Amino acid sequence: MATTVTAEQADPTVQWAGAPLAEVRDLAVRFVSREATVHAVNGVSFSLSPGEVLVILGESGSGKSVTLRALMRLLPARRSVIEGMIRIAGHDVLALSPTALQDFRGGVVSMIFQEPMTALDPVFTIGTQIAETIIRHEGVSRAEADRRALELLELVQIPSAKRRLAAYPHQLSGGLRQRAMIAIALACRPKLLLADEPTTALDATVQIQILLLLRRLKEELGMGVIFVTHDLGVAGEIADRVAVMYAGRFVEAGDVGEVMKRPLHPYTQGLMGSTVHAGLRGTRLAAIPGAPPDLSRLPPGCPFAPRCSFAEAACRERLPDEIHLLPRRMARCLRVSA
Amino acid sequence: MTFASAHLDPRDRGGPAQPLLSVRDLTRHFVLARGLFGLGRRAGVVRAVDGVSFALAKGETLGIVGESGCGKSTTARLVMRLIEPDAGEVVFDGETVGPGGIELRQLRRQMQMVFQDSYASLNPRLPIEDSIAFAPAVHGVPKARARARARELLAAVGLAPDQFAHRYPHQLSGGQRQRVNIARALALEPRLIVLDEPVSALDKSVEAQVLNLLLDLKRDFGLTYLFISHDLNVVQFVSDRVLVMYLGRVVEVGPVEAIYRAPRHPYTRALLASRPSMDPARRMSEPPLTGDPPNPIDPPSGCRFRPRCAFPEAVCAESVPALVGAFAGDAHLAACHMAAAGSGHSRAPRSA
Repeated sequence: MATTVTAEQADPTVQWAGAPLAEVRDLAVRFVSREATVHAVNGVSFSLSPGEVLVILGESGSGKSVTLRALMRLLPARRSVIEGMIRIAGHDVLALSPTALQDFRGGVVSMIFQEPMTALDPVFTIGTQIAETIIRHEGVSRAEADRRALELLELVQIPSAKRRLAAYPHQLSGGLRQRAMIAIALACRPKLLLADEPTTALDATVQIQILLLLRRLKEELGMGVIFVTHDLGVAGEIADRVAVMYAGRFVEAGDVGEVMKRPLHPYTQGLMGSTVHAGLRGTRLAAIPGAPPDLSRLPPGCPFAPRCSFAEAACRERLPDEIHLLPRRMARCLRVSA
Repeated sequence: MTFASAHLDPRDRGGPAQPLLSVRDLTRHFVLARGLFGLGRRAGVVRAVDGVSFALAKGETLGIVGESGCGKSTTARLVMRLIEPDAGEVVFDGETVGPGGIELRQLRRQMQMVFQDSYASLNPRLPIEDSIAFAPAVHGVPKARARARARELLAAVGLAPDQFAHRYPHQLSGGQRQRVNIARALALEPRLIVLDEPVSALDKSVEAQVLNLLLDLKRDFGLTYLFISHDLNVVQFVSDRVLVMYLGRVVEVGPVEAIYRAPRHPYTRALLASRPSMDPARRMSEPPLTGDPPNPIDPPSGCRFRPRCAFPEAVCAESVPALVGAFAGDAHLAACHMAAAGSGHSRAPRSA
């Protein structure tokens, strides 16, 4: 037994050949404070193949960003409780030691954020920040790291890349900063890229550029991507699969085309009805009434029941199970039958 | 219907044909401080709003769209006189705003604003009922009357007064706070409401609720809206006419159907094409525009869109394109040399 563990620690990649890139089972995250316990994520399971893009769609407070952060263990250790199983590229993420975790972050999995200005260090140049990441993970010389940094800026299509290596984050526009952050995230060729609303703060003409860039990079580098957004249009543009999240659970999941064409869960249907698009002028938007539930006092039954126009007594009594229709389609609603 | 109610409004001065708001050559430049080491260097000038003109008919919703730095929010603040313009005039129902015309105090009774950040716009130490009643009290409405009116308005924006009147802003969700801001804007019974990204910070399901509410209030109170947003879908949904801004200037303006069906300015075309489709079968393969929206400090000569445009020619660098229609009396105007007959651009129509 002991030998297997050592082998796995040395090179876990050997062990997971053929297995999913990421596998998450019954993930639960609670934030505990003296006043209340917030149940942010309440049993999320999914798996992701290499080269696949999973988009987690949800509104604020749905638990989508917390799920993403849990995959990299970026949540404050003292105030959060993470349960369940997370396996990424053969690593048992919840069991990683602090040093192993440092190698894992950036080396196996890396993350890009909504606000590049706060994610980048304002006192170092872009070039230095990329080179340091490479030196930390791969122990190469500074000259080699600088060369790789230039390659990376070219990879993310930053114009006049050589000059931009010496730029500080505040000297770049929002779109270029986001590209620089992507370059840092890709510096050590991660197998899985986590993206937390990376285009939400950008203008429409820049958002589409970044989405197309991420799509191309995924193809070229073959990484898996988990992309969190509240925007259905962004999901339509980048996702292979979509999972819709509400009150800390996946309420619906499936291939992007299927979910967009035939949403099964009333919440997904509501989200689509309330998304403004062409052709709705002069009509009333089919808004979802009410607001999402308080995660420190979740109702016993289906958490969407108080806002659902189809809710019956049974919905308020018991949480609906995940109902799997096709191998890749799931909905958590009593009205859906297998 | 809105025209009828505007017509019956005793405050209406010029009749329904006179624009409620008309803005001519509005200009505001911000001079940048030189900083400690900038001695001898030329200080930059941000040309935030550079000669913007438009009119807003009674009962109409005019949407202003554009990317960050295009001057749409500065335009809103200039119209409200939250900042003073360098040049240009604002005429409210036939009266010039400023000395000799309508006084600011009177103007603010008739024109109110809703901001994007619902939390920062409310006093955190006042129960929302008092926030709503504050302005009427300042304008001489007796306290008890103002408070009763505040409760009516809370009901009108969908917040049960008994449940919500005594709450503080931090006890409300973002959508509820934005409803309070809308109720407060209505408290002085204004005729025009300037909405600066009113739904941009809200979740989609809540955004839809607030947009429905805004349309209901417009009908019930006979309001006129100036609606500013970066979201093209939202602007299409609420607006009668749309104005597109780029680097401090108007590049296109016209009826909403015309702008969305047949945009004439290459920037408007690119902006519309940048919207994700929600249909994975129709994914984009090339971005409609490359590069970021440029900084409005020292913008390029001539047409400001020229460096990002696919069809720049010599004339685009030489002269600023005027806002012109395709025929006399056309309500759909574009500021592009390609749309102006005889401009000298090879793609321009031959004759006027």
